[in-house]
Amino acid sequence: MSDTIRDKVIAIIAEQAVLEPGDIDPEASLADLGIDSLGLVESIFAIEEAFDIQVPFNANEPDQSDFDISSVAAIIAAVEGLVAEQKGG
Amino acid sequence: MRRVVITGQGTINALGHDVPKTLEAMREGRCGIAELELRDLDRLSVRIGGQVKGYDPEALFNRQQIALYDRFTQFTLIAAHQALDGCGLTFAGELATRSGVVLGTAGGGVNTWDENYRTVYEEGKNRVHPFVVPKLMNNAAASHVSMEWNLKGPSFSVATACASSNHAMGLAFQLIRGGLADVMVTGGSEAMLSFGGVKAWEGLRVMSKDACRPFSANRNGMVQGEGAAVFVFEEYEHARKRGAEILAEVVGFAMTSDAADIVMPSKQGAARTISGALKDARLNPSDVCYINAHGTGTAANDKVECAAVADAFGHHADDLMISSTKSMHGHLIGGTGAVELLACIMALRDGIIAPTIGYEEADPECALDVVPNVAREAKVEACLSNAFAFGGFNAVIALRRAP
Repeated sequence: MSDTIRDKVIAIIAEQAVLEPGDIDPEASLADLGIDSLGLVESIFAIEEAFDIQVPFNANEPDQSDFDISSVAAIIAAVEGLVAEQKGG
Repeated sequence: MRRVVITGQGTINALGHDVPKTLEAMREGRCGIAELELRDLDRLSVRIGGQVKGYDPEALFNRQQIALYDRFTQFTLIAAHQALDGCGLTFAGELATRSGVVLGTAGGGVNTWDENYRTVYEEGKNRVHPFVVPKLMNNAAASHVSMEWNLKGPSFSVATACASSNHAMGLAFQLIRGGLADVMVTGGSEAMLSFGGVKAWEGLRVMSKDACRPFSANRNGMVQGEGAAVFVFEEYEHARKRGAEILAEVVGFAMTSDAADIVMPSKQGAARTISGALKDARLNPSDVCYINAHGTGTAANDKVECAAVADAFGHHADDLMISSTKSMHGHLIGGTGAVELLACIMALRDGIIAPTIGYEEADPECALDVVPNVAREAKVEACLSNAFAFGGFNAVIALRRAP
């Protein structure tokens, strides 16, 4: 399950960054990948749709969100947490 | 050069169903934002708004009118009646052809779209009411005003998102100043607090779930409002000759485009528009004591707007007052500049500066006098009203005390 989440999140981010999934460095931030604030909001929407979860994120206070967006790996971990919490693992 | 004055005003919004009640709420720093009353509220994650409450359209309009008037048109007509009834103008003969109406709205008949999509998609019906199109079109409100008061001159509607009303009023001002009209009914309206209207804004993730706190360090987004404000703009000599009560003078207008980003504001674009309005009005920066801010309460707008004001005004930025009344009535989107012009007229006429309520924590990136929480008395000679829309379209109006 975990690998699937990782692959799906990377695929979503890769599509937004117009890169191949293999070129996505997990330690990179979205800004490093050239994704701006609109791209971020669109990625979160795609994640919610893909996993049928609610992601708590307000673009006005990205740092205060429980949803860590500091890097691709952080986003994957946050999505794993939300899936476990909202879908019972 | 022909001068333009304001000789009538009307409104309905979350703070009150007329101008005196709205201004009283602004003076008292009262908040009109509350839990929304909407169907399917449980399916929304944003559940607050500056909604017009205690409103019964059936008490004001007959069945045939309601069949043609979307909520945004109803609000417009209510505000227009207040502005025009008793302002002493009768539109007949040459005055009718020299008078028009230009109104702003971003969404037009959003409730009509919403209700009829429900009918065909959710309920599966294959038939809608015959007046859906004339009810939802953006120019419906302006058209009904033209018919109600016999305005036969230049008339149209303007849709530039959150700058719609400022563009509409700026164009009305230019039409009179340029000699194309003698009287223009102008302002704007919005009624986007439907399930679909709120859901659409929710998607952008810029909405606050608890309050609109412009310029406050802990601000967390905008809050939608609804309503209308309508004004009578009139050529000065025309108003003076008939002994009309003059509320304020419209002295300048500027509009620009950022040509940069579909949602992010631009400091340069905003500053250029503010400076343009001052130049058009032949005002020195030091003449301006008050700015009604765009002040949406988003992280991006408020810091960019403060930086733009600092750029445009230089040292004088520290001496002027800038407040966002959206903290009280919410963001009326295409109608917002019109309701906010009421606060500008109050500053000029009554010497009362409406506050920015909900202000809790100073933000070093918004280090201007934002008139936190409590209204203030001040003698104001000239003021500005800012509007910076999604899509990068900016519109700033300059007003001066009545001559």
